[in-house]
Amino acid sequence: MIRVTRSAIIDAPIERVWAVLRDFNSHAAWHPAVAQSAIENDEPSDQVGCVRSFSLRDGNQIREQLLALSDAEHVSTYCILDATLPMRRYVATLQLKRVTDGERTFWHWQSTFDVPKGREREFTDLVGKGVYEGGFEGLRTFLRRRPGAPLVRATGGPALATQGIVATRFGGADVLEMRPLEVRPPGPGEVRVRHTAIGVNYIDVYVRKGQYRLIEPPAPLGMEAAGEVLEVGDGVGHLLPGDRIAYACAPPGAYVGVRTVAADQVVVLPDHVDDETAAALMLKGMTAEYLLHRTHRLRAGETVLVHAAAGGVGLLLCQWAKALGARVIGTTSSDDKARSARASGCDFVIVGRDYRFAQAVHDVTSGRGADVIYDGLGVQAARENLDALAPCGHWVSYGQASGPLERLSIDSLSEKSATFSRPVLFHHTADRTVLTAMADRVFDALRSGILRPDIRHRYALGAAAQAHRDLESRTTSGPLILLP
Amino acid sequence: MIKVYTSTVIDAPADAVWTRIRDFNGLAGWTPFVAESRIEGGQPADKIGCVRNFRLKDGGLIREQLLSLSDYDYQCSYSILESPMGVENYIATLKLTPVTDGNRTFAEWWAEFDCAPEREGQLAHDIGQGVFQSAFDSLKSLLRR
Repeated sequence: MIRVTRSAIIDAPIERVWAVLRDFNSHAAWHPAVAQSAIENDEPSDQVGCVRSFSLRDGNQIREQLLALSDAEHVSTYCILDATLPMRRYVATLQLKRVTDGERTFWHWQSTFDVPKGREREFTDLVGKGVYEGGFEGLRTFLRRRPGAPLVRATGGPALATQGIVATRFGGADVLEMRPLEVRPPGPGEVRVRHTAIGVNYIDVYVRKGQYRLIEPPAPLGMEAAGEVLEVGDGVGHLLPGDRIAYACAPPGAYVGVRTVAADQVVVLPDHVDDETAAALMLKGMTAEYLLHRTHRLRAGETVLVHAAAGGVGLLLCQWAKALGARVIGTTSSDDKARSARASGCDFVIVGRDYRFAQAVHDVTSGRGADVIYDGLGVQAARENLDALAPCGHWVSYGQASGPLERLSIDSLSEKSATFSRPVLFHHTADRTVLTAMADRVFDALRSGILRPDIRHRYALGAAAQAHRDLESRTTSGPLILLP
Repeated sequence: MIKVYTSTVIDAPADAVWTRIRDFNGLAGWTPFVAESRIEGGQPADKIGCVRNFRLKDGGLIREQLLSLSDYDYQCSYSILESPMGVENYIATLKLTPVTDGNRTFAEWWAEFDCAPEREGQLAHDIGQGVFQSAFDSLKSLLRR
């Protein structure tokens, strides 16, 4: 029996290295000897027992099976099932360990196998040098992404010039102006990112008007964007220059070309999520996630009333609520929007601009009302919401498009034994573990086709004022994005 | 029970690092904080079960017992019998692994122990940084090529 052991230090955090190596099918992307690879039977590449079938650049064909995978121990164990090479009983174990003084990773790779007599040296070299040492170098190159880009961090550096949309004072859309801005290099815990797409949300209107005092003018607006990491500050373990990323967080400042932002609010985008979709979906998708899975855990069979059902969050709520097995009632302001809402899974749409919907909700629920109401309308719909609620129903107020809710009489909830919630996204995303769980659930819902964002409204960054006018005129449907 | 884990890369072959570490009575020779050390009862320093009795430069006295020693795995573990640190059920392990790429050494040092809950953070820092990391740093400068 031959035993081959090789080990190396990789100048990148263990999370970074493991994210690549735990994917049993990733080797075609980073190993220089592998030409192409596929997991058989469409199984997930982290499913123990899955088989990767791949060809080497020298023409050999190999099938290997994943025997064990541990995210806790950073270990992957696999064996060769069959190969055009005369190797028998090949079992390999790859393990990573954290180097705690510096963001580096120890990588240990070991195997045992048999070969025909007299060819031991040949195969020891093939595996040790060709596969393992070649793999170390291949992964280093892969992590570097772009030639010359540092593996871990590039703290410091000069301030960068960019342009951004600034609210010059609180007021209407005409207070928005494009201005030159200077972006400082990332400090500890921060990253500097170049935006490729920026999401427009109703909260930006509230901030612009001064209704939410999140800025002191003049200051740039915007809560979410997607783009690419330029530089990483000290103590940031999960991001590297060149990563495709997105974020949705306070403080405002996303309507800019380049920005320095808190790294713990930034997530790496999976390959199946493009930049525009991410910019359109981080804030709205994670809002839908907590509304449907956290504030109220929506169950199959419940009746849900979604206001502004053709809006950015509304369409996502309809799509997701329907997939969860709920009966979905929506309100929209026009027939056109009603069509969008229906196409997104709305079973019944109430069309009108007068905030009268309670009677219609009772008509389609045999007088029972809605078990949960997702309300972004605010004051104009308050009385009708209480009327439309089923006994023991849950009224969730997450936005106030028609103006802030007046003081809600707690006693009024006793009419229905109702529950009232006033959740805010940023309280959920403040904990990075929760943030990544929320983002992952949104990305999974995108991949499986539950969420189907249809981006019809794209504006140049300089046309942000027009985007705001369109959003406030209630003539848009689905997400709006700005392109810097 | 809390666990403290510290690891580093030492720019010397594992055999050279191990020669220093396997001497259970050798702390005064490579750590910055041990003033003097002896093995109780005149036993050999590589006899499993032997007890090292050493004095820190700040005056503290510590007794530790060798639980395992493996020249094959470059690994040893020991427990604390007496110390001023206020820890219980303390077992530590020191392990070396060769890094074939560059003929260096990956060194790991971890400990598991019980203590009063309000002291966990401070003790984890004192042991992880004050003991393990500072000993690694001093070992690295001794073995610098």
